[in-house]
Amino acid sequence: MVSYLNFLSSENTPRLLSGDEAVALAAYDAGVALGTGYPGTPSTEILETFAKLGGKAQWAPNEKVALEVAIGVSMAGARSIVTMKHVGLNVAADPLFTVAYIRLDGALVIVSADDPGMASSQNEQDNRRYAVAAGVAMFEPSDSQEAYEFTLRAIELSERWQVPVLLRMTTRVCHSKTIVRRGTLKIAPPQTPHFEHDFSSRVMIPAYARPAHHRLRKTLAEIAAWNEQEGPNEIVAGSSALGIVTSGISFQHVREAAPDASVLKLGMTNPLPVEKIRAFAAGVKRCLVVEEGDPYIVEGARTAGIAVESKPEIFRFGELNVNRVRKILVGDTTPEPKRAPGKPPALCPGCPHRSAYTALKNLNCIVAGDIGCYSLGVLPPFEALDTLVCMGGAIGVGLGLRHALPPDQARRVVSVLGDSTFVHSGITGLVEMIYNPPATGHVLLILDNGTTAMTGMQEHPGTGRTLDHAPTGKVIFEDLARSLGVRNVYVADPTQDEAGFEHLIQQCLDRSELSVVVARRNCLLANRAIREYEKCNEEQND
Amino acid sequence: MKSKTTNVVIAGLGGQGVIKASDILADAAFSTGIDVKKSEIHGMSQRGGSVASDVRFGERVFSPMVTEGEADFLLVFAPDQIEVNRPTLGAKGLLIEPAQIDESKLSSKKNINVALLGVLSRHLSFSAETWTEALKRNLPTAAIEAGLKAFALGRGEAN
Repeated sequence: MVSYLNFLSSENTPRLLSGDEAVALAAYDAGVALGTGYPGTPSTEILETFAKLGGKAQWAPNEKVALEVAIGVSMAGARSIVTMKHVGLNVAADPLFTVAYIRLDGALVIVSADDPGMASSQNEQDNRRYAVAAGVAMFEPSDSQEAYEFTLRAIELSERWQVPVLLRMTTRVCHSKTIVRRGTLKIAPPQTPHFEHDFSSRVMIPAYARPAHHRLRKTLAEIAAWNEQEGPNEIVAGSSALGIVTSGISFQHVREAAPDASVLKLGMTNPLPVEKIRAFAAGVKRCLVVEEGDPYIVEGARTAGIAVESKPEIFRFGELNVNRVRKILVGDTTPEPKRAPGKPPALCPGCPHRSAYTALKNLNCIVAGDIGCYSLGVLPPFEALDTLVCMGGAIGVGLGLRHALPPDQARRVVSVLGDSTFVHSGITGLVEMIYNPPATGHVLLILDNGTTAMTGMQEHPGTGRTLDHAPTGKVIFEDLARSLGVRNVYVADPTQDEAGFEHLIQQCLDRSELSVVVARRNCLLANRAIREYEKCNEEQND
Repeated sequence: MKSKTTNVVIAGLGGQGVIKASDILADAAFSTGIDVKKSEIHGMSQRGGSVASDVRFGERVFSPMVTEGEADFLLVFAPDQIEVNRPTLGAKGLLIEPAQIDESKLSSKKNINVALLGVLSRHLSFSAETWTEALKRNLPTAAIEAGLKAFALGRGEAN
């Protein structure tokens, strides 16, 4: 098998890369000092590839922390990239909205990997809205070559205007492999990290934030003017009967569904190059916007007084493809035939979560669940998951249920989440549990399988190993719970003694106290690798 | 204008090597100097559910996804996934399935993916060397020998 080092062997040889790999390669070529983020499909492979190439990459406990670390790197004058799936940007939204006001020295590129069609997500939010809401410039690549080039452009733009830049990708750009030629775009090398006091640009107290907001709007106006003139927006000449404005992966579908149409492909969609759209629309008889997700470009164009046609509402849902674009072209809104469902994913045979869910089902628990492999516990044969909202939501939602339900039902409520999810945003929920305990107490079950299984076995602070599996500080859940004042803390392997595990949960439910149960057993798929890392790390210690 | 793009859909269940097979095919096509795009959905796929990957190659490829009803070749590794994926196949498209090879001759059932690529190779113009090199580049070193044998079985060159 060819190693990743071959990736770098010669500058200009074309390579077949995924969009994620292309972003990583660009980050590497640009001398990005630190890549950070939290695993999330379809963004995960960016940092994994960046690390394999030799870049410094690390998983943060969650996206908010990742963005904050990246902000610090950029304030030091070095280049940073921070990666996450679309819902991760919700977690990182707090720093996002304020870092937009802050003057950065080194580039800060925030990658948001959206998941239209929800291949593996809980919603299909369109994060282009975030760029507008936060006032952040945004690029949208349509294939791996653009993922490579737009990452470099984002770094360049970020340093030119000293602002963060959003690189908005989608599942089909992240995970499709297309040909990439490296070295097509050269940017200046990174500066040497340095620090200078600059209170009014970096300390967002109201007195400094007010002028900073004005500064941001002025900067965005300058970027808008640049985007009109020099932005990565292309026109594919074609018939004047039909003009299509598009961005991202939709461009590829459009070229195939409407090979004769004139096309305006937008590479930078915030600030929108409205004058470019206006001129394009004026030159065609019919101007149609084809975009995945929300009518984002449509609304921007219409607000600017440009008459453009939007796709019918049914095409807001799910991914686009060539067939759906053909339908958009002719305004075909007949209900789309549903494809026969394939085999749904299931908890693996021998998965330790199976034993945990068997116990919860036998005890007729009301289960406030969370996001990870164990979300599959909602499906037959278990059907033992009653809620799923967001990362870490199990604890808060479980507590709310306990507060409101009559005591006989409240006593059956259990909050269930995985190890990585607990670290991501369950710790504050645990603090809430201790601070505002329900009258019936509560039971928190942490399914600790020793890895971030769902996204492909990434490390996290609870494994005690870094992104590239080297030993580091380790968060021990049971010690943490005890230190916060939980008296009933248990660690059990649910697969060793199923009846005993069920009895333990029953005991916890029967008490009107707070209990934390750590169900610890390595993920079946990760077990071999985990043992190898442990062995390797032990040998290094000897 | 009908483009000369070749559309291949590879489908099966998580763990059957669908992605690996599409990597090998895409790499083989890529090594001949033509345009290639490959697409798939990751994420839940490792949990034994349905997996499908699209590979498209030709002079110039735009969308990375094969349009439903337009696949020239559909490779399915699990018999129970054939009907689910059949709608992707074009009217003149060819279904390639495990029944077309003698599985007892495979050193491991895990090699079904490479064996069916061997069957596909009979219908494509890539040279034997192109395939061999692509297999070597994409298979783990320990699996290359068995992989080449499985491929030869599908291609009809097995003893």
